[in-house]
Amino acid sequence: METILFFIIQIILIPLISPFFIGLTRKVKARMQNRTGASPFQPYKDLWKLFHKDEVISVDASWIFKAAPYIIFSTTIIIGASIPLITTLTTNSYMGDFLVIVYLIALGTFFLALAGLDTGGAFGGFASSREMVVSALTEGGLILSLLILALISHSTNLTTITSTISSLSYLNFAPVILAFLSFIISILAENNRYPFDNPATHLELTMIHEAMILEYSGKKLALMEWASANKYLIFIALGVNLFIPWGIATSLNWVTTLTALVIFLTKVSVFCILIATLESSIAKLRFFKLPSLLFTSLVFCIIALGLII
Amino acid sequence: METIFNISNSFYIIITIFIIGAIGSLILRNQDKSANIWGNTLALIGSIFGLMFAAAILISGTTPVFNIPSTFPLLSMSFNIDYLSAFFMLIICLIAILCSIYAFDYSKHFYKKYSLGTLGFFYNIFIASMILVVTAHNALFFLIVWEIMSLASYFLVIFERQKSENIEAGSIYFTMTHIGTAFIILSFLLMYSVAGSFDFEVIKNGLINAPELIKNLIFITALIGFGTKAGIIPFHIWLPKAHPAAPSHVSGLMSGVMIKTGIYMLVRIGLILLPNPPLWWGVLILVLGSVSSVLGVLYALAEHDIKKLLAYHSIENIGIILLGLGGAFIFTSAHLYVFAALGLVAALYHTLNHATFKALLFLGAGSVISETHTRNMEEYGGLIKYMPQTAFLFLIGSMAISALPPFNGFFSEWLTFQTLFSAINQFNVFTKYILIFSIASLAFTGGLAAACFVKAFGATFLARPRSEEVKHAKESSLSLLIGMTGLAALTVILGFLAGPISGILKNIANNILNIQNLEPVLSTQTSSVNIQNNFAYVSMPVVLLLIILATAISTGFIFLFTRNNKVKVGRTWDCGSNLTPRMEITATGFSRSFITIFKGILRPQQEVEVEYHDEKSKYFPKTNAITLELRDIYMPYLYNPFQSIVIKFAHIVKKIQVGHVNAYILYIFVTLISILFILAI
Repeated sequence: METILFFIIQIILIPLISPFFIGLTRKVKARMQNRTGASPFQPYKDLWKLFHKDEVISVDASWIFKAAPYIIFSTTIIIGASIPLITTLTTNSYMGDFLVIVYLIALGTFFLALAGLDTGGAFGGFASSREMVVSALTEGGLILSLLILALISHSTNLTTITSTISSLSYLNFAPVILAFLSFIISILAENNRYPFDNPATHLELTMIHEAMILEYSGKKLALMEWASANKYLIFIALGVNLFIPWGIATSLNWVTTLTALVIFLTKVSVFCILIATLESSIAKLRFFKLPSLLFTSLVFCIIALGLII
Repeated sequence: METIFNISNSFYIIITIFIIGAIGSLILRNQDKSANIWGNTLALIGSIFGLMFAAAILISGTTPVFNIPSTFPLLSMSFNIDYLSAFFMLIICLIAILCSIYAFDYSKHFYKKYSLGTLGFFYNIFIASMILVVTAHNALFFLIVWEIMSLASYFLVIFERQKSENIEAGSIYFTMTHIGTAFIILSFLLMYSVAGSFDFEVIKNGLINAPELIKNLIFITALIGFGTKAGIIPFHIWLPKAHPAAPSHVSGLMSGVMIKTGIYMLVRIGLILLPNPPLWWGVLILVLGSVSSVLGVLYALAEHDIKKLLAYHSIENIGIILLGLGGAFIFTSAHLYVFAALGLVAALYHTLNHATFKALLFLGAGSVISETHTRNMEEYGGLIKYMPQTAFLFLIGSMAISALPPFNGFFSEWLTFQTLFSAINQFNVFTKYILIFSIASLAFTGGLAAACFVKAFGATFLARPRSEEVKHAKESSLSLLIGMTGLAALTVILGFLAGPISGILKNIANNILNIQNLEPVLSTQTSSVNIQNNFAYVSMPVVLLLIILATAISTGFIFLFTRNNKVKVGRTWDCGSNLTPRMEITATGFSRSFITIFKGILRPQQEVEVEYHDEKSKYFPKTNAITLELRDIYMPYLYNPFQSIVIKFAHIVKKIQVGHVNAYILYIFVTLISILFILAI
């Protein structure tokens, strides 16, 4: 009975709490800009509102446009259920391979970009092109940074990686730190944060993600927003659980799980505040400067790999 | 003894079916319809029997050896159908079945324009010669069927001979394939010089004690020769020209199957005939694979001719196959045969997968081209509304080639990744960095391929029509759809049955590497694959089922929750102006950022032509034209210098050709005397 409950927690945790962390990041950024900002729970209200609204669909849209939100949202749910969150025991070992996770993320991006192209607007098309540039160039750094962990822990399974890294001696941590730096760049790139994209604007010169979903409204917009919140939390959860894995529950009972949950939420909150601080302190880079940053993330990985092989 | 007799007879029957198909269509060449039906029906029957034959060999485990006696001393038409041959024969026949079904209706648009009899003739000869190439067991006989295959495909490339660019493409193909054949002949002659026979079995035994230098020379010449056929960069220049020129079902066969015969011979020569390859062979293959995969996909991104784009993706996928194969080579050199088997399974699985989805994409492109009469993607757009089924099937192909789960392309790329991962801890520092380079290339290739197919699918099928032709497009006819649906189903099935199929491939790999009793590194169950005791673990059926389940559940929930919401149809946001098809992004525009980022590699060129109303002051431009293209670096820096060396050498040799009979008699006399001297010593 308990096990089933823990499995349900594992599956619904990401979609349940992800809007909060988007709200928290926005709140911290607002405070940094001397604004009061909306409550961290505002994204929930936005989703509720959007789910009750009617929607407008372009005459040019095909079934790709209509199906994409469901596919993208489902991939984030599957990934959320497959990665280690608060325990190392409930995750599904059939899906825990990091390449499966990386390519499932790519599946979502693929449909997101197609949906951006589908309505035939100039905004969506260019945003899709930019999104594919960023995601294609991120893939190298992302896979290599996870490979470093896989080679240290002799497994490509994320849950095994978590348990191995948590028992790693501090002396061997240099490559993990380098991999983490590279992974942070991937988090910013994959989630369209500064310096890659400005998540708060609808200005055509800067936007990537917002322009792709420009034509969406009502429930489909809600799903898209929710999916991108899930993706944000998935990346942060991977960051905190793979690279700073202390505090994750290794046995299944209420006390350890609840403690682990509290530690997990704290870690993710701190991480969100850090990202918000980082976003507030740097400017958005010009689009053609981004590849250098992404190659930097690749170079970090290659140095780290040089240390462990 | 009797079973072998039966096997050889059924093999001859299969080849005969193709020959009857070829000659029959030639006889019927004056009636387009009957020639078309005859040629494709016989090709279909032959391929079905061929598929059953190859599958029977793989299941039963017999590897028949048989030959047709001939009167020539060195040439014997001998066959040895081992697991490797049977596997490639299976791929050839599998793809040929579906391409032939597709061809029934597809070839109709050639009626009255070109001779269907010739098409049927060369098509049947082409398939039969590919089967013979992968089963021949004698180097001379191999060269003959290899040449027949090259010539048949050459005539298929120039089939639409009224277009001058097809003739040009054919000439480049003809030249390149013969440069390749020259190196192959050199390679076989080197083998003959050591082993004293053209029979592969004798060569294999003879090469065991061959000097290192000879082995290396054999490998290098074979790599250049068969690499030209496979389309490895920098020997690829014929591929993006020749594949688009052929009729689409032939392009599917050429890209999906014919270039793999190069891979087949690399496996046979590098892992079967030449035992214990040195480390640097594998390293060289890894480097070539990385370069081919990344450059192939980058060139594809810059392309807006849909069939050229697909042809460049063949180069990319050959690169991925080579990464798996290179892994197999370096492991073999370190005597880690169980790991080598993993690399070989990855390479063979990707060979099979690439054949299915590349044929599917070429057939899809063929349907689009036959409706719109252009290969230029800029003139497509919005086809999903006119050809919904073709669009759906093309989408499946696009996802499979971009290595997205749950399709087959993902699984073979996963295996390739695992091969490279497991190599990284077992070699010296230099090899390790080569492996890191290969892993990074493979990772980038996946991302770039996804970008390229977002572009290809988006520019072709999504948004609004960009030309009038699109608005007249109709859904493909039945035989086209059956052919494509078959291939699309295969991409799903080959992904879903990853466990059992890699089990079969593991047997083939063990057979090639001659290991049977070692603890395998790759263990397969019906639903999952496990590498090195849980180093990596994946279950493709679970991935597929979870994607379907999660999408179904979330769609159901949201439908229940929001079923009272209304949906209005409106116009795309147009900033207050009228949105025209010219405002949507084009294929060129989509990939422009990639070209700018990789301009050091791709060398984009931009020519602006402005015509003014008044030539003197140049204030009022009348027309503005811009030409964007990539500068070709292979012709000026590699092929042209080579060509000028050849021509210079020819000029030197010309000097002895004085044109007097007396001089030639002197040459003969001098030669005779020297030979006598040499023999006397």
